[in-house]
Amino acid sequence: MTSPAAGRSARFTWFQELQARAATWWVILRISIEERLVYRGDFALGTLMRFLPIVTQVFLWGAIFAANQREMIAGYTYHNFVAYYLLTMVSRAFSSMPGLASGIARQVREGEVKKYLIQPVDMITMLLLARVAHKLVYYVVAAAPFALVFYVCRSYFPGWPPAEVMAAYVVSLVLSFLLGFFLEATLGLISFWFLEVTSLLFVYMLFNFFFSGHMFPLDMLPEPWSTLVNFLPLKYLAYFPAAVFLGKVQGAELVQGLLVQVAWVVVFIGLCRWTYARGVNRYSGYGG
Amino acid sequence: MRAWHYLAVWGTFARNSLVRDMTFRWNFLINAVSSLSWVFMNLGFYTLIFHQIGSQGELAAGSGWRQYEFFVFLSTTLFVNSLVQAFFMPNAEEFSELIRRGGLDYVLVKPMDTQFLISLQQVQWSALANFAFGGCLLAYSLYHLEYRPGWFQVVAYPFYVLCGVVIFYSLMIALASTSIWLGRNQSLYNFWFYLTNFSRYPMEIYRGPVGDWLRWAFTFVVPVLVVVNVPARLMAKPLEPDHWYLMGYALLATAGSFWAGRWVFQRALSSYRSASS
Repeated sequence: MTSPAAGRSARFTWFQELQARAATWWVILRISIEERLVYRGDFALGTLMRFLPIVTQVFLWGAIFAANQREMIAGYTYHNFVAYYLLTMVSRAFSSMPGLASGIARQVREGEVKKYLIQPVDMITMLLLARVAHKLVYYVVAAAPFALVFYVCRSYFPGWPPAEVMAAYVVSLVLSFLLGFFLEATLGLISFWFLEVTSLLFVYMLFNFFFSGHMFPLDMLPEPWSTLVNFLPLKYLAYFPAAVFLGKVQGAELVQGLLVQVAWVVVFIGLCRWTYARGVNRYSGYGG
Repeated sequence: MRAWHYLAVWGTFARNSLVRDMTFRWNFLINAVSSLSWVFMNLGFYTLIFHQIGSQGELAAGSGWRQYEFFVFLSTTLFVNSLVQAFFMPNAEEFSELIRRGGLDYVLVKPMDTQFLISLQQVQWSALANFAFGGCLLAYSLYHLEYRPGWFQVVAYPFYVLCGVVIFYSLMIALASTSIWLGRNQSLYNFWFYLTNFSRYPMEIYRGPVGDWLRWAFTFVVPVLVVVNVPARLMAKPLEPDHWYLMGYALLATAGSFWAGRWVFQRALSSYRSASS
C-alpha cells in the first residue's frame, strides 16, 4: 500500500514529465516553423501555381455544360463543380503530405533512423510536429492566394453553410490532416522491409489522386465503383470535407461519415505505431 | 562533325540506356506499369464524363469532340508526351544537377554541340509503354468513328506529332536553362506540368473573355495548344478551312519555338560559371 505522500510525488512526476514533453514539443515546433519560413516566397508562388490545373478543369466543365445544355450533371450544377474543385484544394491543403513517405524512406535507407533510437525523441512525434509546423506556416503564407482565388470565384458558392455544418467541416479537415499524416507515414515505414519504395509511393499517389475525389466528385461514379470508394479511406482526404461544405452529406449521414473518418484515423495511428515498432526491431544500422 | 556522327553518338546513348534499363528489368517493368496506370486513371475520368453526357455528347459546343474523337485526341497526347518523356525529360532533369555539381564542364569541352549532348544523353525506354498504348487507343477509336482520314492526314499526322514534340522540347530546354541563373530549379517538373496541362484538352473549351485570352496566349505566346490540337484534328475530324491556317501556323510555331529554346539555352550557357573549380 502506498502512502499519500508517495502518491502525491508520483502524480507530481507525472505532471513534470508531461511538462517536460510539452517543452520538447514546443521547441521542435518552433524550430520547424522557422525552418519553413525561410522559403516563404517559393511557398506563396507554389500555392498560386497549384490552382492552375483547376483552371483547365473549370473550362472543361464550362464547355461541357454549355455544349450539352444541361442544368445538372450527376447532381452537380456548373457552379457546384467549380466550388467543388476549389474546396478539394482546401482539403488537400490539409491532407496532402508532400515528401513525408519518401523522407521516411530516405531516413531508413541512409541510416538516420538510429538518431531516434538513441535520443529520447520519438520519430513519429517529431515528424508529426514538423508537419504541423509546415502546415501552420503554409496556411499563413497560402491564406492570401487562397483568399484571392476564393474571392474572385465567390459567385460559384451557394453561400456560407450554417454554423454546425461549418463546425463539422473544420473537424473533417483536421481529421483529414491526421489521416493523411498517419497513412503516408505508414507507407513510408514500409521501407524498413523494402528499401526502395518509390514506385509504391507513385502508385499510392495515383490512387490517391483518383479515389480521393481530387479529379472529380466521387458521387459521379457508377456502381460498383461508388461502393468501392466508400470502403477506402482515401475519400476522406479530399471528397468528404468538400461534400460536407456543399451540403451533399447531411444529418445522420454526416455524423456517420465523421465517425468513420475518426475510425480510419485510429486505425492508421495503430498501424503506424505497429509498423514503426516492428520496423525498428528489424532495423540494423552500421557505421557512423 | 557531320550529321551521321551525331546520329552515331545518339545511337550509342540510346543503346547504353537500353542496356542499363535491361540490367534493372523489374525496375523497367514497374516504371512502365506505373506510367500506364496514370493513363488508365485519366482514361477512367474521361470515360466517366462521357458516361454522364453520352458518347455523342460534345466536350465543347459545335466542336465535334465526341467520345471517340476525343479519344483520338487523347492518344495524340499520349504519343507526344511519351516521346518527350522518353527522350528529353530525364535529360532536362539531369541538366540542373550538371550545373549544380559542375559536371557541365565536361560536356562543354567535348567537340560536339552542347545542346545536343545534354538533351539526348539518356533515353527512358520505359516511357514508350505509353506510346504503345496510345497506338492501341488510336486504332480502337478510329474503328469506332465513321469518319476515315485520307492519305494526306495519315502522312501529315506523324509529322505534326513530331512538331509537337519539338515545341514541348524547346519549352523544356528553355525552362531547364533557367537553372543556370537560379542555381537550382527543383520546381522545373511542376512548372512544366502546369504549363503542358493546358495542352491536354481541345482548344475549343477555352471560351469566354478569360478563355479567349488564354487560348490566344497559349497559341501565340507559348504555343502549347498547337502541340496536340493540330495533329489530333487531322486524324479525328474532316479538314476545315481554319485548320489549314492552324497547320501553317504550327510549322511557324515549331520553328520559332526551336529557335527561341536554343536562344535561351545559349544565353544561359554564356552566363555559366563552373561550380567545381
